Amino acid sequence: MGVTLTILSLIVLIPLTAVALKAAHQSPEAFWAAAFNDRSLAAYRLTFGAAFVAAAVNGVFGVLTAWALVRYEFPGKTIVNALVDLPFALPTAVAGIALATLYAPKGWVGQFLTPLGIKAAYNPIGVVIALTFIGLPFVVRTIEPVLRDAAEDVEEAAASLGADRLQTIARVVLPALAPAWLTGFAMAFARGVGEYGSVIFIAGNMPYKSEIAPLLIIIQLEQFEYERAATIAVVMLAVSFTMLLVINAIQAWSRRFD
Amino acid sequence: MTISIRSIEKKFGRYPALNKVDLEIADGELLALLGPSGSGKTTLLRTIAGLEFPDAGQVLFDGEDVTFASAAARRVGFVFQQYALFKHMTVAKNIAFGLDVRKGKDKPDKAEIARRVEALLKLVELEGLGKRYPSQLSGGQRQRVALSRALAVQPSVLLLDEPFGALDATVRKSLRKELRRVHDATGVTTIFVTHDQEEALELADRVAILNKGQIEQVGTPDQVHEEPETAFVCGFVGEANCFDGRVGDGRFSAGALQLPASGLRDGSATAYVRPHDFVLDDAGFEVRVDRAHVQGALTTVNATTLDGRPLEISASRAEAARFAGTVRISARKAHVYAA
Repeated sequence: MGVTLTILSLIVLIPLTAVALKAAHQSPEAFWAAAFNDRSLAAYRLTFGAAFVAAAVNGVFGVLTAWALVRYEFPGKTIVNALVDLPFALPTAVAGIALATLYAPKGWVGQFLTPLGIKAAYNPIGVVIALTFIGLPFVVRTIEPVLRDAAEDVEEAAASLGADRLQTIARVVLPALAPAWLTGFAMAFARGVGEYGSVIFIAGNMPYKSEIAPLLIIIQLEQFEYERAATIAVVMLAVSFTMLLVINAIQAWSRRFD
Repeated sequence: MTISIRSIEKKFGRYPALNKVDLEIADGELLALLGPSGSGKTTLLRTIAGLEFPDAGQVLFDGEDVTFASAAARRVGFVFQQYALFKHMTVAKNIAFGLDVRKGKDKPDKAEIARRVEALLKLVELEGLGKRYPSQLSGGQRQRVALSRALAVQPSVLLLDEPFGALDATVRKSLRKELRRVHDATGVTTIFVTHDQEEALELADRVAILNKGQIEQVGTPDQVHEEPETAFVCGFVGEANCFDGRVGDGRFSAGALQLPASGLRDGSATAYVRPHDFVLDDAGFEVRVDRAHVQGALTTVNATTLDGRPLEISASRAEAARFAGTVRISARKAHVYAA
């Protein structure tokens, strides 16, 4: 307990307090102006919105990926398995450059999207794509062990009681996965909120349109506006912390049967 | 519901799990599938359930071929060894599941489902626990939930895979009585798998003994115990002393032990004698008593024949004092099988 508190304080609490203290070095009016001007509001909206959408996309496809990895044998499974972890290991800038190249209007994927009127890079969609890439392994790797442990006899029991495949999945398999799914979702979301490296290459970084909050912090720092940077950081901190608290509460509720 | 199993074969890879199995189960019967692990008993149960499909042969329910029908279509209630409860649902929801997933006019209304759940909770003596989650129940209670969940759909046949395997001895005993009571109350044809011969003999109307994917014998508990048809059954069901010897001129001999063995070919053979079939007999052969141990109403005697074969004798409590030093005994009943 003592060790936990010490580590948590040194690594997490004290630096975060320093940020808050830095932000407090200014008048309330200045704080308010830095925190809630139109540009920073747009950046928060994009950051949290895109992180949420990306986590939701991963919430669907991460489950499918985990399912395929646990339940099916297919050629190249080990390679797919390793690929899932790649976003963990890849320097995020590399991911950003690769995604930007692919989804740019003349890129490999982008050239097919442009005729359909879809612009996938240099706008909020680009942000979502980058965050989806970054977040996928979080969902897959949290769901996988739970799915592996889930005994197949539970599905057989459902089937023997007359449930069709859809009912079995919707009523028996997925609800049992819910706590792990929420954990994966929360982790992917949190990672998405804090992501910087991969996003800035594909986002286009236009103020009010595709500028994420972490980038706004960097911009403030480059202009030696340390208090303003800290202010935005404090707002992000507060929102992230609240959202993670809410997710944890939902998770605790979903574990009521354990 | 009568069930007919006709020359069922099933292989897993190259390993034959079931080899031409035939079995007839009468309506309302309580049958045990007894055998060591790997004997194919669970595979046979799962084949009857429709959770496993045979490579050859037929499964008939009331004369109707259901060999490849799904478990749901056969209306079987299956109780899994590890309970397989839905852990995110309350006990009541678990039991109601089979009724809840029905569609359209087959689905009973809410009040009817609640009434049936209550009745089942009462049947398995779990009244008042409907709102609990499986994690809040003991092993025995979970197994009873699994049983009532299977019964909720009013199955035509109830199948249980090692239903008491994961429970401790006391709970096991009381659940055995419970299953018998539930079977008698519902009258549903019931088949259960066990490797515990005591369980099979105590609970079942008839016992089918499996070994290496084949049925060795089917009979009442008394028949398989007293008139075992094969050496395997004799060795597996009940306690038995085993003697390797030879048959010659219609008599079996293994050292001093001599037994009638009419109708057997001359050659090597194995004799099985139940511990309670050895009796003190002045005309018998000599054994040296190593240990006589009173255990409840019985005396268990460990002895050795003069040519060094160990054997076990079961006598009454009153006889304990007479088993000392060297005594003469004979076998009043024995089973001899050609090797």
